[in-house]
Amino acid sequence: MNNSIIGKKTRVSDNILYAVIYGSAAISILLLVGIMGYVFVRGISNVNLSFLTTVPSTIKGTFGIAGNIVNTLYIIFITLLFATPIGVGAAIYLNEYAKPGKVVSIIEFTTEVLSGIPSIIFGLFGMVFFGNVCGFGYSILTGSFTLTLMVLPLITRNTQEALKTVPESYRSGALGMGATKWYMIRTILLPSAMPGIITGVILAVGRIVGESAALLFTAGSGYLLPKAGIGFLNKIMESGGTLTIQLYLCMSKAQYGEAFGIALVLLVIVLLINMLTKYLSKKFDVSQG
Amino acid sequence: MVIKMDEKETFSIIGSHKTKSVIEKAAHIIFTICACFAICAVASITIYMFVNGTPALAKVGITDILFHSVWKPTAENPQFGILFVILTSIVGTFLAILIGVPIALMTAIFLAEVAPKRLAAIVKPAVELLAGIPSVIYGLLGILILNPIMYRIETAIFKDSQTHQFTGGANLISAVIVLAIMILPTVINISESAIKAVPPHLKSASLALGASYIQTIFKVIIPAAKSGIVTAVVLGVGRAIGEAMAITLVSGSSVNLPLPFNSVRFLTTAIVSEMGYASDTHRQVLFTIGLVLFVFIMLINITLNTVLKNGGKEHE
Repeated sequence: MNNSIIGKKTRVSDNILYAVIYGSAAISILLLVGIMGYVFVRGISNVNLSFLTTVPSTIKGTFGIAGNIVNTLYIIFITLLFATPIGVGAAIYLNEYAKPGKVVSIIEFTTEVLSGIPSIIFGLFGMVFFGNVCGFGYSILTGSFTLTLMVLPLITRNTQEALKTVPESYRSGALGMGATKWYMIRTILLPSAMPGIITGVILAVGRIVGESAALLFTAGSGYLLPKAGIGFLNKIMESGGTLTIQLYLCMSKAQYGEAFGIALVLLVIVLLINMLTKYLSKKFDVSQG
Repeated sequence: MVIKMDEKETFSIIGSHKTKSVIEKAAHIIFTICACFAICAVASITIYMFVNGTPALAKVGITDILFHSVWKPTAENPQFGILFVILTSIVGTFLAILIGVPIALMTAIFLAEVAPKRLAAIVKPAVELLAGIPSVIYGLLGILILNPIMYRIETAIFKDSQTHQFTGGANLISAVIVLAIMILPTVINISESAIKAVPPHLKSASLALGASYIQTIFKVIIPAAKSGIVTAVVLGVGRAIGEAMAITLVSGSSVNLPLPFNSVRFLTTAIVSEMGYASDTHRQVLFTIGLVLFVFIMLINITLNTVLKNGGKEHE
């Protein structure tokens, strides 16, 4: 009876390790559920229409984040305006033009370094370089330039991945039919790699929305809405705090109710961005047809 | 007749070749410039960090800054010793890794090997979402959830102590827990892909030899995925040492020896909390702190690069 090798011995250590593995996974899940739940419960009572559509007013004693939402949109827009072309261009160079060698490995190393530098260092650099040397001061423009450096590796890497999945036959087909290289890139490669590029851009938006340390000393903490007309353009030279900065300021002033309201808004945005990337990568996934 | 000939010539493929080759060259040059942007960025960040960080070293003295522990930047006789700040960052990061990496590694094993497909399909997006949560939200929760708990533990432990400075729960442990949570997604994602990249024949061979599944995981798969896991840990270190906003308010903000229940200041939080009002030498010293942090990060990056290169050779 006991000679059967099936079910002969259950190792106690195996079961313990299984328990540890399941336990760790449970911790990760519970953390997320706990964070989401806590922020939702504490924040929901603070979020209403006037919270989202007004700016703080000391006269009325009300609080609102409309200015911060607009600032965040400004910074996202301007950052992507610079980061997307440069990031995509760099990826095209690395994937299509460059021959493997020293230059490429230096570029790849610096891209890697750039994604590893903590945001507070970007903040210091942005404050000195864009703020003082270039003379933009505490402004949305300074913040956007700083973030451009920060999200660049994200866009470059995603575009590169996307370009790598474009089959070699597309390239040789286009070139064989007499298309020049730039024409081939413009009409064949970029459209095929578009989902990857868009994913990179959306991830960059997520990074910008969640960023705070790099913006504290570059974009400042203004909370006013831009004035109509030319004010929309002037706004980029004025200081403007994003949602995360406002959250940090509320937190350090111990206004926890408002802080949770902003946290809830941020979490909803993060959730939407997450779902959007999921949807896109599923929709364009080549392997699923 | 002659005019017609000319017209024909402009339409010939030879004629348009010239403009085309100009565009081609321009495209090539523009893309090269884009690619060099990363090099320029890293170079100028390095230069600016050194240019702004070194004057204070010369002014105050290298040993007085790096190896002194008294931090009184606004006193009449200012002292700028950042030894405790550096130690706090090192100790804090180390502890966060100590707590975070085992949990992350086990979760990665769960995702890659143990979990049934349906369960993995729930856990994986949750981990990704955890990575996307802005760091200030971690800080907010740290203040409102961790600090009160820590305060209770603190009052229980130091009830009879005469010398202990009460911190209200804003101490090293709170910061370490926040950091440990924040590095989870980074370590989980990278070690998961490392584990998944282990060739399946190793696993089959081990199972066929009669090893149990757990033995296979810990004695065959993990060693094979070693270089990927090391990469994950190193990236986790980078993330922990560079995190600022989440721990600024959670860690308290006085410069102290990094003991568990002391209110401490990290390299990053020193910059965040003082840059707003610092001036002159004080400001320059803050840039020196930034430089120290930058040097740490560069060391981590270079380590990472060599690890990756060696790892690449291993599999060849």
